[in-house]
Amino acid sequence: MSAVFKDHEGDTRAKTKWWASRVAIYAALITWAIICLFPIFWTITTSFKLAPDVMRGNLIPWWDFTPRWKGWESIGISPRLIGEVSTVREEFLKRFWNSTVIAVSASLLAVILGSLAAYGLSRFNYRFGFMRNSDISFFFLSQMILPPVVLALPFLVLYKSLALLDSRIGLILLYTLMVLPIVIWIMRDQFQGIPVELEEAALVDGLGIWGAFFQIVLPIALPGMVAAFILSLVLCWNEYFFAALLTATNATTLPVMVASQTGSQGINWWSMAALSSAAILPLVIVAIFLEKYIIKGMAAGAVK
Amino acid sequence: MSIQGDLLHTVTADNISDRRRRLGKAMVWGSAALCAGLAIWQMAYETGRVSVGFETWRPVLYAYVLWAFALCAAQVIVNGEKGKRTLFVLPAALFVISLVVFPLLFALYISFTDWNLASPNGPQPNGWDNMVQMWNDAFYWNALKNMVYYVLAVSVEYVIAFGLALLLNAQIRARKFFRVVFLLPLMLSPVAVSWMIGKSMLEVRFGPVSRLIREMGFEPSFFGNPETARFMIMAMDAWTFIPFMMIMLLAGLQALPSEVIEASKVDGASGWQSFKEVIFPLMLPVSVTAVVIRIIFKLKLADVIINVTSGGPGGATDSVTSFIFREYRDRSNVGYGTLLAMVYLVLIVIFVTLLLKLVSRWMERPA
Repeated sequence: MSAVFKDHEGDTRAKTKWWASRVAIYAALITWAIICLFPIFWTITTSFKLAPDVMRGNLIPWWDFTPRWKGWESIGISPRLIGEVSTVREEFLKRFWNSTVIAVSASLLAVILGSLAAYGLSRFNYRFGFMRNSDISFFFLSQMILPPVVLALPFLVLYKSLALLDSRIGLILLYTLMVLPIVIWIMRDQFQGIPVELEEAALVDGLGIWGAFFQIVLPIALPGMVAAFILSLVLCWNEYFFAALLTATNATTLPVMVASQTGSQGINWWSMAALSSAAILPLVIVAIFLEKYIIKGMAAGAVK
Repeated sequence: MSIQGDLLHTVTADNISDRRRRLGKAMVWGSAALCAGLAIWQMAYETGRVSVGFETWRPVLYAYVLWAFALCAAQVIVNGEKGKRTLFVLPAALFVISLVVFPLLFALYISFTDWNLASPNGPQPNGWDNMVQMWNDAFYWNALKNMVYYVLAVSVEYVIAFGLALLLNAQIRARKFFRVVFLLPLMLSPVAVSWMIGKSMLEVRFGPVSRLIREMGFEPSFFGNPETARFMIMAMDAWTFIPFMMIMLLAGLQALPSEVIEASKVDGASGWQSFKEVIFPLMLPVSVTAVVIRIIFKLKLADVIINVTSGGPGGATDSVTSFIFREYRDRSNVGYGTLLAMVYLVLIVIFVTLLLKLVSRWMERPA
């Protein structure tokens, strides 16, 4: 086709226009990709720099500076130190472990509670006093607008008298509360997409409602639950406000550790960079491999 | 439509004996009595009326948890099949009620006391004093005013996010690569971001951005004057959260019926026309959802501010949350801080309710 009309004036004009739009699209994409990636690139490379490299503004490893392990040595992770006993590494690993335990258990708890509630709300009609289904849903979802600062101080006092201050369980409970509305939002959407006939068939075959839920519905809804779980994981891992207020030494999470370094050591660039890299890397890896689920989770509810 | 009955019908022939019913009731009331009894005893111990007591309120908590489990179990014991249905929602409801409603009531009480954690007297009710103090607190009003700016910044974020979603929805190669890259900022913790960008890339002497600006012949100063400082905070927050709106809008774009867009092309609409007349109106419900959720998240903005500027210069970047955080951290003013938080909550509830009323007419898809 193009061979025939190649010299036609309108055709060449359309072609240049098409090329111009291609170039514009890719230029925009690449610009934004650089905006997204440069801070991450900067942080990871800075963790391998020495003071003079930072001051000279060297950017590209091996080309204008030689990577060194100095930053990583300050948290005890480098080829030289990995075999030795290191207090800084233990400190770091303790925080890392705290973050992992808290984020995973809170997300798990939220997914369990949230899925059950979402399933119930999508299948049955409830009446608790004056509250009907839509009111109960609204009650759960309205928790989303509750700013953390309102709960922080009462919880500080409550946890103090319950001896839950600076404990992992205290944070787990709060984080579960924080992500529960989001889980219910996602899971309600999931369950509404599953036809009721499936469960009706299961009931006819002699299962109870809980049996039908566990054996029929749960396997179908599993991808949605994974999506909700990962989204909660991201939110809990990154949470700073409650952790900063309610923990002191034992249950401190990684964000609190990162934040507490900034003031005390001046600009200790390499160690801060190493610590930040270590704090963001797990989620960067999650994002790269489980991107599908994250997008699925966030898209749920947006599109009806 | 939801009033007609359960979506999933179950036919049950429950024969619940009186003994079983009594057992269920006994479990609930027994554990409730245990919990209340322990609480009263502990209260008496703390006020010095009883000499023997527990070190902390932990046992009361355990009794409360026991009561919660008893209540759930009793649903099945007393109501049979109907109780099994209730059991889906009850645990989550109990969880939220105990973690939100009780603390909120407690917060209401402490917000009318002069409680300072540093003072030995404990909480003393002081009537409307906190209210008066709030009324005269210029920094609080300033923080509220800043929140207005921060919320308005969502509109710019929305435009950028929509643009990115359109780009990702276009015919491009390496779509998955770009999608992952664009998603990455959302994964990073605001604290790490505030160091990575706020404290190192924007550092005046050695930061790469400062270097770039100096190359161009300007003198970099990011957190020196109020306007730029506020803009920088907005930019950092936007950097983290634009992917969030982008993904929601992208999902909306991909769900659009392709026939309609093709039809508009056949009718000879240019790219801009088909966007303005077809895509944008069809996307309104998704857009509104994304913007509303983003605004709700924006109202909680604090981490970046606490870590980069701690409100400065002169409170120009303070959000309400970061202001209250410092009120507690620096001055241990629990009573006053809680009142500020409660007032903020009331304002938010009013604002979000009005917002939802206002946008509800755009939530429906145009016919």
